[in-house]
Amino acid sequence: MSGQNPGDSGWFRYGDPRDAESAATAITERTAEQPQNWPAEAVRAGFLAHEDEYYDALHDATVHATREAVQTRETSSGQQLQHSVAAMDDAERTANEIAERVVEWAGSLADGRSDGDDRAPDLPGGVDGAHAVADWIPETPAEERVVSLAERAVDLDAERAALRSFVESHAPAVAPNLAEMAGPVLAARLLSLAGGLESLAKKPAGTVQVLGAEDALFAHLRGRGSSPKHGVIFTHEYVRGTHPENRGSAARALAGKLAIAARIDHYSGEFKQSVHDDLTERMATIRDREVGE
Amino acid sequence: MTADLPPGIDRRRFDGRERFATRGEPVYGEPQDDEGWRAWDASRSKLGAMLELGMELGFEGGDGVLYLGAASGTTVSHVADFAGPTYAVEFAPRPTRDLLGVADSRPNLFPLLKDARAPETYGHVVEAGLDYLVQDVATRGQATVALRNRRFLAPDGRLVAAIKARSEDVLTDPDDVFADVLAELRNGYAISETRRLDRFHDDHLAVVAEPRPGDGRS
Repeated sequence: MSGQNPGDSGWFRYGDPRDAESAATAITERTAEQPQNWPAEAVRAGFLAHEDEYYDALHDATVHATREAVQTRETSSGQQLQHSVAAMDDAERTANEIAERVVEWAGSLADGRSDGDDRAPDLPGGVDGAHAVADWIPETPAEERVVSLAERAVDLDAERAALRSFVESHAPAVAPNLAEMAGPVLAARLLSLAGGLESLAKKPAGTVQVLGAEDALFAHLRGRGSSPKHGVIFTHEYVRGTHPENRGSAARALAGKLAIAARIDHYSGEFKQSVHDDLTERMATIRDREVGE
Repeated sequence: MTADLPPGIDRRRFDGRERFATRGEPVYGEPQDDEGWRAWDASRSKLGAMLELGMELGFEGGDGVLYLGAASGTTVSHVADFAGPTYAVEFAPRPTRDLLGVADSRPNLFPLLKDARAPETYGHVVEAGLDYLVQDVATRGQATVALRNRRFLAPDGRLVAAIKARSEDVLTDPDDVFADVLAELRNGYAISETRRLDRFHDDHLAVVAEPRPGDGRS
C-alpha cells in the first residue's frame, strides 16, 4: 500500500485533499502504522500552500468522512443485527429439525447393522446425534443420503454459532446499554421484535415486558387467561433465575430498566453505569423477599 | 490552585460562583457570559474536574491535542476553544453525531469515528509530535490504549487520562484496579501525578504522565 518512504502514507496523498469527498475516502479507508508530521509533510510535498490551508482542508475532510461513517454505521448496523438474530433462530430451528430426521433415519439403519464398527447403537438426540452420524463412513446408498443430510445439519449448526458470535460482537456497538443489561442476544431479539432501536426507545416498559408474548397478551385482553408476566425477557437470568412467586416483580423491574437503557442508547448512545447498578440493587431486594410457606 | 492559566482558559463568575470557562459556541446548555465565556462544568467533564481540583496540567494555549473518547464533545469543545489542532476520536456513532455539531463551529477540531485501540486506523490523519494525549475511554484495557497511542506524543508531550475503574472490572476494589492500570502504564510512561476525581466522578482516577523514551510497547 504505502511505498518505501513512511511519509507516503499521509491521507492527503490519496485523491485531492481540497476535495472533501475524495479526501474523506482516504481518511476512512487508509491506515498508517506510524504517524508523521503531516502538516509539514503536506506543505513540503506541495499538496497545500501552507499549514493554515492544510488544517482547513483537514477539517472539511474529517467532518465529511465522519458524517458519512456515522450515517452508514447508524442506518445499517441496527438492521444487520435484526437480520442476523432472525437468521440465527432460523438456522437453529432448521438444524434441529433436520437433525431429528437424521437421528430417526440413522436409528433404523444402525439397528440392522451391528457389525462391529464404532457407531453407537443409541444415538443422542438432536444436533449431537447429527454430529455422530456425520462421522459415519457410508456403506449403502441409503447411508450415503443420511450421512450427507447429517453434514447439512452440522453445517447449519456451525452457521448458527457464527451468527451468534456476530450478534454478540455487534450488539454492543448498536445499543451499548441494552446489550450490557440484557446480554447481546436478548438485546438483538428485543430490537427485532420492536422493529429497531428507535421504536424500542419509544415503547413503555409494560410493552417491553411482554414483547414476544403477544399471543398470551391478546388472549388476556379478550378475557381469556391471566396477563402474561413476561415475553422474551424470560430468557434473562434475572427472570428465569428468580423464584416463580417473585418473577412478576423481577420481570417488571428488568423491563423498566431495559426501557430506560434503550432510551439512553437511542438518545445519547453513551454507556451509563448507574442504570445497571440500580437494576442490580433492585434485583437483590426482590430476591431477598420471603417466598411462600 | 493553579497558578497561571493558559490563554483561552479563565475564571469567570457565573451565578455568583467563580468557575473555569473557555470562549466559543455553547454546546451543552452551559451558562455563557456577555463576553462569550462558557462555564466548564466539572461534574460533566473529567478534564474540567482536574482543573477544578487544581491539578497542574501545563496547558499553554495552542497545544496540539489527541483526545480519545470524545463522546458527544462536551469536554473536547472546551479543549478546542483554547488548544490548537485538536483530534477527537470516538468509537460510537450516536455521540459522534453530536460531536460533528461541536466541530462545525471549531475549525481546529477534527472529529474521527475510529477505535482508539487501533491507532493505525488514524495514523495517516493524526500528526505526530503532539503536546497532549487526553484519554477518557470507557473500555477495558485503558492502559493499553494509552501505550498504543504514545506514538502520537512529542518526547516532551503529556498524557492526561481519566481512568475509570468500572470499565476494567466492576467487582474488584477500585484501588486495586488503579494499581494494576498504573503498573501497566509505567511500561511506557513516567507518572507525575495521580488524583481521585470522586468529588465529581465516582471511581475515576486522574493520571498525568510523560512518555518514557525508548522502552515500552507502542
